[in-house]
Formats: sequence, C-alpha cells, structure tokens
Amino acid sequence: MIRFDNVAKRYPNGHEGLAGVDLSLHEGEMAFLTGHSGAGKSTLLKLIGLLERATRGQVWVNERNLNKLKTRDIPYHRREVGMIFQDHRLLHDRTVFDNIALPLVVAGMGHAETKRRVRAALDKVGLLKKEKVFPITLSGGEQQRVGIARALVSKPPVLLADEPTGNLDPELSREIMELFLQFNQVGVTLLIATHDVDLIQSFDKRIINLRHGRVADDCAGDPV
Amino acid sequence: MIPNKRSPKFKRNRNPITWLLRHAQMSLSSLGRLSRSPISTAMTAAVIGIALALPSGLHLLVDNVRDLSNTWDGTASVSLFLAESVTDEQAEAVRQQIAQRSDVADTQLIDRSQALAEFRRLSGFGEALDLLDSNPLPAVVLIRPQPQLEGADAYARMAEELQAYREIELAQVDLQWVERLGAITRTFDRAVFILAVLLAGAVLLIVGNTIRLEIQNRHGEIEIVKLVGGTDAFIRRPFLYEGLWHGVLGALIALILVLTALFMLDGPVQRLAGLYQSDFSLAVIDPFSLLGVAFGGPLLGLAGAWLAVGRHLAQIQPE
Repeated sequence: MIRFDNVAKRYPNGHEGLAGVDLSLHEGEMAFLTGHSGAGKSTLLKLIGLLERATRGQVWVNERNLNKLKTRDIPYHRREVGMIFQDHRLLHDRTVFDNIALPLVVAGMGHAETKRRVRAALDKVGLLKKEKVFPITLSGGEQQRVGIARALVSKPPVLLADEPTGNLDPELSREIMELFLQFNQVGVTLLIATHDVDLIQSFDKRIINLRHGRVADDCAGDPV
Repeated sequence: MIPNKRSPKFKRNRNPITWLLRHAQMSLSSLGRLSRSPISTAMTAAVIGIALALPSGLHLLVDNVRDLSNTWDGTASVSLFLAESVTDEQAEAVRQQIAQRSDVADTQLIDRSQALAEFRRLSGFGEALDLLDSNPLPAVVLIRPQPQLEGADAYARMAEELQAYREIELAQVDLQWVERLGAITRTFDRAVFILAVLLAGAVLLIVGNTIRLEIQNRHGEIEIVKLVGGTDAFIRRPFLYEGLWHGVLGALIALILVLTALFMLDGPVQRLAGLYQSDFSLAVIDPFSLLGVAFGGPLLGLAGAWLAVGRHLAQIQPE
C-alpha cells in the first residue's frame, strides 16, 4: 500500500528532512510513527500526501509511483489519502456539516449522497448532534473528531494522522486512538505520527521509530 | 509486488450535467458571497461602471457629432457671390454656364429677392433691412461639386477658376469647417479609443486587485481545499465567477450612467441645435458600443480575475 525505497528529502535551505528511508506498509496495516521532533515524521507523511516531493528515491502509494505523478493528478491522489492534522485545519466560517462535506463537494458528489455520507461519518466519530454548529464552539477533542470525520468521509484507503492527539489530554487521546483502531478493523491503512509513546505502547500495533531522517527501529506489534 | 505494473487510472467525473450543475451552483454562490459585502461590491462595480461609461459615452457623443457632419453629405459646397450690378437674368445665365462644367454636380441660384427673404427669415434682423433703400444682398449661385472632387486643393482650384468670371465677385469654398469638424471628430475618436484602452486596462487591474485580496482573505480555505483534493479548476472557479459578476454589475452601472447622461444632455443639445436651425438631437445610440459595454464589462472582469488567479493561486500550497 505504501512503500518507500531509499527516500531522501532535502529542503532548499539545506535541511535534510529524510536521509534515506526504506519502509513498507501493506494494505490494511496500522502503524505508529515516532521520533523526536525534527526526526522526519511530518516529512514522511507529507511525501505520502504529496505535500512535498522526494528529492531522492521512490515513494509508492496505492500502486502508484508518486515521483511520476503529474502535478495535475495530485488532487486525485489526495482524494485517496485522508489527512488528519494536529491543528485540525477546519474552516471556521462553515458548519461542522460543511467542513466534513468538503472532500465530497470537491469530488463533485451529489447532494443526497453527500448528506448520507456526512451523517455516517459524524455518527462514527460521535458528533451526530453537532452537524449544524460552527467548529469554534466545539472543544479541542471534538474539533479533532470533525477533522477525522472529514478525512474518512470519502472512504480513502489510506489515512494519515500527524500528531492527532498533540493537544489533547490522555483520556481524549485514548478515545481518538481507539477510533483509529476501529477504522483499521474495517480495512483502512493507517499511519499515525505521534510522540505519545506511552499511549501507543498499550496498543498491539507496529511502531516505526525515526531518528535523524532514518528508520532507527521498526517493531511489529506484539500480541497482547 | 508493485513495480512494472501500470498505475491504476484516477476516476474523474466527466458527466457534463454535473459539470453544468456545479457551475450554476458556483456562479450563484459567488453572487451570494458578493451580496454579503454589499458596500465593497457596489464600490468596485461603480468604479468599473464609471471606467466603462466614460469611453462609451464619449464615443456615442463623437458618433453623434460625426452623424451631424455627415448630413452635409461629407462634401463641401462652393458659394459664388455675384456682383451687385448683375441682373437676375444675367445671374441665371451665369448659373447655366457654370452648370455645364464637368466638375459641377448641381447648381442653385438664389436671386437677390430670395436672398433677402431668407435673410429676413433666419437672421432676426428683418426690421433693420426695412430701413435700407435697396436690397443690399447679392445673388448667390450655390454649387455642389461632383463627389469625385476631393481635397481642399481641388476646391480651391475650382474657386480660382470661377473667380475669373466678370460677374462673380467672390467664390467661397464652404469646405474648411466641414474638414475641421471631420478632423476634430477623428481626433476625438482616436482620443476616446486611447482612453478606452487605458480604462479597460484600469478595469483589469481593479478586478485583478479585488480578486487578489479575496484570494489572500481565503488563503486558509484554499489550502484546505487543496488538501482534500480540490483541483485547480475547482479552486479557480469561484474567483473567476466573482470577477465575472463584478464585470456584469459594472457593465449594468455603465449602461445606466450612459443612458442617463444622454437623457440629461438631449434637452440642452436640442436647444443648442435649435439655435443653429438644426433639428439635431442625441438620438443615435450606437448599438455596437452598448453591446461593447454589455459584453466588454463581464469579459474584462473575467480576464482580470484570471490574471489574479493565475498569478496567486499557484503560490498557495498546503504545508
């Protein structure tokens, strides 16, 4: 599903985001990405979502070589990769419903189908009653769930999350992670960048540790 | 598992009906967005309206003046003032002689009594003439030259030849003012054209700048739409429609301004024309210049938006 072949990313200012990463996630796999800030977690996720392009090596997602993907095809690629951010990236002048509907609207989905899908996504994240409110009136945890609902509403095969629990207390963080586990159970491939090592060790999932832009540690989940 | 296999194609929505529907929705929502900030929308539209109204209004005015000068057939006439001693019979003989010339299309004799009657009627000095013992006005032979005769030199040569007649006191070419009027309207025409080009450029910049600000205001939104897979066309669309609507509103304002100005000017112009014994009025509304405004406004709006969008949208990339 996701494969990195000796991938490096060097920014124009000389900073090296990734120094040579080999990595592969099979379909339906869930993995956590850890490491200190600056280790390359965000860069790796950005390469998958094509927010950045690799300067060396090859990145494969959904059987496509991203190096060869044309710029005009990037939007179509992103529709197959749901992205979740620490700062939620919601539109504050639109309701929760409109925020979640956005990926469907840009894909040109009809009104009735959009409504049905948004409701289903809201139901999954437990915010069915909040569809008409504006994100600013929601708590941090709820806003993050709106962000998650938006990422999964178009049913992308791959979900990426960059520090999704960064601003949340431990209890809310656990709830969010359990939500991700549920998605994984229905076959979504998930890659979650986090520094919350204590939390993720309680899950039986693969943990990839990055250091200085390289994979330092890659442990498969131990059966509990 | 992966290499050497053809990458799966992306699904693209190419249904023309959904496409049309989305455009209709987008154009309405752009209009809605504009209506939510009515004052700034009105001000932008008014600036565009004035910028469009100025050249088209002036063009209409110049057109009307040209139309006025065209009623003189575009050709000049030559007036031959006969000597006072020439009798009416002699005058008629002179007229017939001149009518034989190849460069003369038509002649008309205004004898002394006719001249007097006309003067009385038109000048308003009728009573003054009654104080005179005799008719002071000479007979006049009016010549309309052949249309092939062109240029001030040809007329001047003709006048010189006619001056040789003993009976003719003065041969006057009534050409200069027609030529001058023509030259003036041509000059104004060119000036209006230059003005129109400059103002069209101004409209482009105004719309471009408005859209640029709008893009800046919605920077965050554009980023997020790009993140969830919005194509450039999708992101561009609302801004293009906004530019188009600005142009449409501006064109409407321009049309209202021009028609109002014509309406307001028509009365005074008719009075002015009346003083020159003309029934000229600003009746000629060139449909092409009105169409030019009606289509030019929206087109300029769209083009301005396209310029801004092309320049600024690519710079916005999600991080």
